Amino acid sequence: MQPEISSRPEQLPKGAEVRMDVPALELLIEALRERGYRVVGPVLRDGAIAYGPVNKVGDLPAGWTSEQNPASYRLKRRPDNALFGYATGPKSMKDFLHVSEIRTFAAEKTDGLFWILPASEPPPRYAFLGVRGCDIAAMLVQDRVLIGGQAADPFYEARRRNCLIIAVHCTEPASTCFCVSMGTGPRARNFDLALTEFADSDLHEFLVEIGSEAGAEILERIPVTIASTEMTSRSRALTDRAGQAMTRHLDKDRAVSLLRENFDSPQWDRVAERCLACGNCTMVCPTCFCVTFEDSTDISGQRAERWRKWDSCYSLAFSYIHGGSVRSSTKSRYRQWLTHKLSSWVDQFGSSGCVGCGRCITWCPVGIDLTEEVAAIEKANSAARKEDS
Amino acid sequence: MSIAAIPLPDPMCPLPVRISEVVRETHDTYTLTTTAANGSGLPPFLPGQFSMVFEFGVGEVPISISGDAEIPGQLVFTIRSVGAVTAALVGHKPGDYLGVRGSFGTAWPLEAARGQDVLLVAGGIGLAPLRPVISHVARHRSDFGRFLLLYGARTPKDLLFRKQLHAWSALPESQVLVTVDCADSRWRGHVGIVTKLFDFVNLRPERTIAMTCGPEIMMRFVIRALRARKLEAGQIYLSMERNMECGIGFCGHCQMGPLFLCKDGPIFAYLQVERWLEGHHEL
Repeated sequence: MQPEISSRPEQLPKGAEVRMDVPALELLIEALRERGYRVVGPVLRDGAIAYGPVNKVGDLPAGWTSEQNPASYRLKRRPDNALFGYATGPKSMKDFLHVSEIRTFAAEKTDGLFWILPASEPPPRYAFLGVRGCDIAAMLVQDRVLIGGQAADPFYEARRRNCLIIAVHCTEPASTCFCVSMGTGPRARNFDLALTEFADSDLHEFLVEIGSEAGAEILERIPVTIASTEMTSRSRALTDRAGQAMTRHLDKDRAVSLLRENFDSPQWDRVAERCLACGNCTMVCPTCFCVTFEDSTDISGQRAERWRKWDSCYSLAFSYIHGGSVRSSTKSRYRQWLTHKLSSWVDQFGSSGCVGCGRCITWCPVGIDLTEEVAAIEKANSAARKEDS
Repeated sequence: MSIAAIPLPDPMCPLPVRISEVVRETHDTYTLTTTAANGSGLPPFLPGQFSMVFEFGVGEVPISISGDAEIPGQLVFTIRSVGAVTAALVGHKPGDYLGVRGSFGTAWPLEAARGQDVLLVAGGIGLAPLRPVISHVARHRSDFGRFLLLYGARTPKDLLFRKQLHAWSALPESQVLVTVDCADSRWRGHVGIVTKLFDFVNLRPERTIAMTCGPEIMMRFVIRALRARKLEAGQIYLSMERNMECGIGFCGHCQMGPLFLCKDGPIFAYLQVERWLEGHHEL
């Protein structure tokens, strides 16, 4: 019989790999809460696995997975009790770090002069549990947009600076996923801790990789044991298999020049016939960052607020200037979204705006698949070239 | 994962300013001069830059600064009433307060223009963002060659800065030409679009720098006219407009191709925008 390893180094080093069981995960969630983190992880909500508050292991979607296809998302029972056995749902870290609605200021007026009221509450500290490689990559994309330039978005920055990332390597991608093409998964990077879940045997356990000092610190009082090399290689095998299982592909480097050169592709007309310009893709996209502002006053007119809300480049109002909207057709709006996401984003921020999570494919009500659209634009482009020569 | 803090004041909070003067320019356009309201001073600005101007409880709009950049402590905005916020803004009286964020964006190329003939082509309210250039040229007249202003408005009633137009035409080696799309019975000047005025000036293309601001369609034709008169693309600058809601590249509305017009513009060398301005629409 294998003796239980009861001793372990006091402070585990960054890069260390340890084994943890489900009761220890419960203690980990407790430890996070004790330290003032709001734990956000996968929960069943409105018929989907979304990110929401997690106070205990029992809040996690044990035994559930999702089946995703273009325009289709269905919850399904798993044969096991895996807690993280699903591909990403409609929510991402964007919902918490770059929140959908936030008051940017409140102001009061006396004798015509206004002053800005101090912000009422400190921003929450989040510990994200169960996020995937694509989610973390998307957060890094938003970092470049919102805090990587000359000005910093104070709301994003405050939330982002204090957050802790406990990733779970994705072992069961959805049919809509293409993170391998985008270089963002299925193995997560840039985490504080990363879990690999093994739920297929009698032993329900996790391999935990320590990615930062903060990650090591949070594990200090959690009963973990040094992981075996066999466990480590099993984890690699699971993510390797997940990567190989991916059926969708996109050539991210080719997309940059292809879309830059194809503003006039006939494919834009074809996709515009299907696109409803509903903006769902921009809402579920973990990198889409556009916002609009709404001002209001109370009934006395002496107190005003400004609220910032997610906006979508699919709306007619988005590009409105006096005299009309710049992008009045659905064609021009789909073109703006896709070209920005895959091409001009690289010019602006040095990386693609797409992480291959596939959310825009799943949650598009008519199942428009950007990987197919890029392929169709490539095809039309080659056909046009042939005609020219 | 933690990242380093970037210590910056909240760029999204407006600074209160006090209106010291309101000038009615036309039936729908007013010039508001503002000064700091709380002793904190106002941001300096460069000709061509804009501010986000805040009407308490109504909203915020991007307005080009139309004042003289060498008069410190004030920001001047020439505002045409076209929507809820601008209508509220032009309804103010001296002593009222507004909010202002920034001077944001890029500036007209005054350094590159030194020693050159300066040709300005403006349409409608597009004259306002060019006025700081005129103030600068007037102040430093000997630093520049000839000064040419071609200005088009819809009707005589829509002409901005009427008195100043006369003063500018009286500057040494200056020519100010004005046209209206639609004349009335008392109008004795040019009638037609602003590009018609090119027939009445003799450009020295080898030593001219052109700056234009007006409706996008006008600027496309102005650029064509300039190119036809042998100006190189690199001698042409323009001020672009898109929906702007934040002024610092976060809201996403002002994109044109890879450009954020608020921070990469609004003033561009024509070469920067040629690709997106010519040939494509609805960008």
